[in-house]
Amino acid sequence: MPRDEDLLARLREGDDEAFAAFVDKYHTRLVRLACSMVSSRAVAEEVVQDTWLAVVRGIERFEGRSSLRTWLFRICVNRARSTAGRESRSSPLDPHGAGADGLAFATDGSWASPLQPWADVVDDRLEAAVLADVAKQAIDRLPEAQRQVVTLRDLEGLTSAEVCDVLSITETNQRVLLHRGRNRIRSVLGCRLEGG
Amino acid sequence: MMPLLSKDLDCEHAVALVAEYLDGALTRRRRRRFEAHLRACPNCRAYLEQIRITIASTGRIVPEALDAEVRDELVELFRRYHRK
Repeated sequence: MPRDEDLLARLREGDDEAFAAFVDKYHTRLVRLACSMVSSRAVAEEVVQDTWLAVVRGIERFEGRSSLRTWLFRICVNRARSTAGRESRSSPLDPHGAGADGLAFATDGSWASPLQPWADVVDDRLEAAVLADVAKQAIDRLPEAQRQVVTLRDLEGLTSAEVCDVLSITETNQRVLLHRGRNRIRSVLGCRLEGG
Repeated sequence: MMPLLSKDLDCEHAVALVAEYLDGALTRRRRRRFEAHLRACPNCRAYLEQIRITIASTGRIVPEALDAEVRDELVELFRRYHRK
């Protein structure tokens, strides 16, 4: 994979091979992100198409104050939000979305029941692939705001500051959403690993 | 083990700090309290390990393959725009 910094200079010069590499690197990841925000796959693909159009038009004016991928994801999120708004299916980034995160504590603040260590179960590579699959299904079922944060942090590997920038949310909000989302996924993985 | 820890973090509070701990975003003082709690608490150690496995499993999700036709159309769009 070429590095974004190397691609940027070439993109600005209108190098279409660099653009092809950029599309290779990010297109399906943008679709995945957009899918977490709009009602259907078809709409997500439109959002990403619009995103690329904005990139093609805007790359010369991109000032590099944020990283290239942060800029790219932000365009995609903004398009997805305005589309979701038109469809009136958007939900606000509410960190207090309903649902259990699988954490239970006693009144003294200690764990309500002992935890079972997982480490020895997941050394297996096959099992690791299965777990990725289970995690994917768990992410698909997360409340929207948690799904967006988890997708950007743990699938895309953005930093918390980058995620706050892309989604226009506060650090505290980001942390709460990430915490809840990860715990839900953990709880689904736990069902698989501790199930028997 | 709770009485031993009562003046320090309890599990519920420790768990709430995990995301920041993994980001290296805790102040030194809070990190020390967190790590002291971990040393004394096998449940929270198991929890931290589970969250690490959760993050690693999520990170292993592979994006689908790119459709060649979509790619060609996008590159063509870029080409047309930059020819002007």
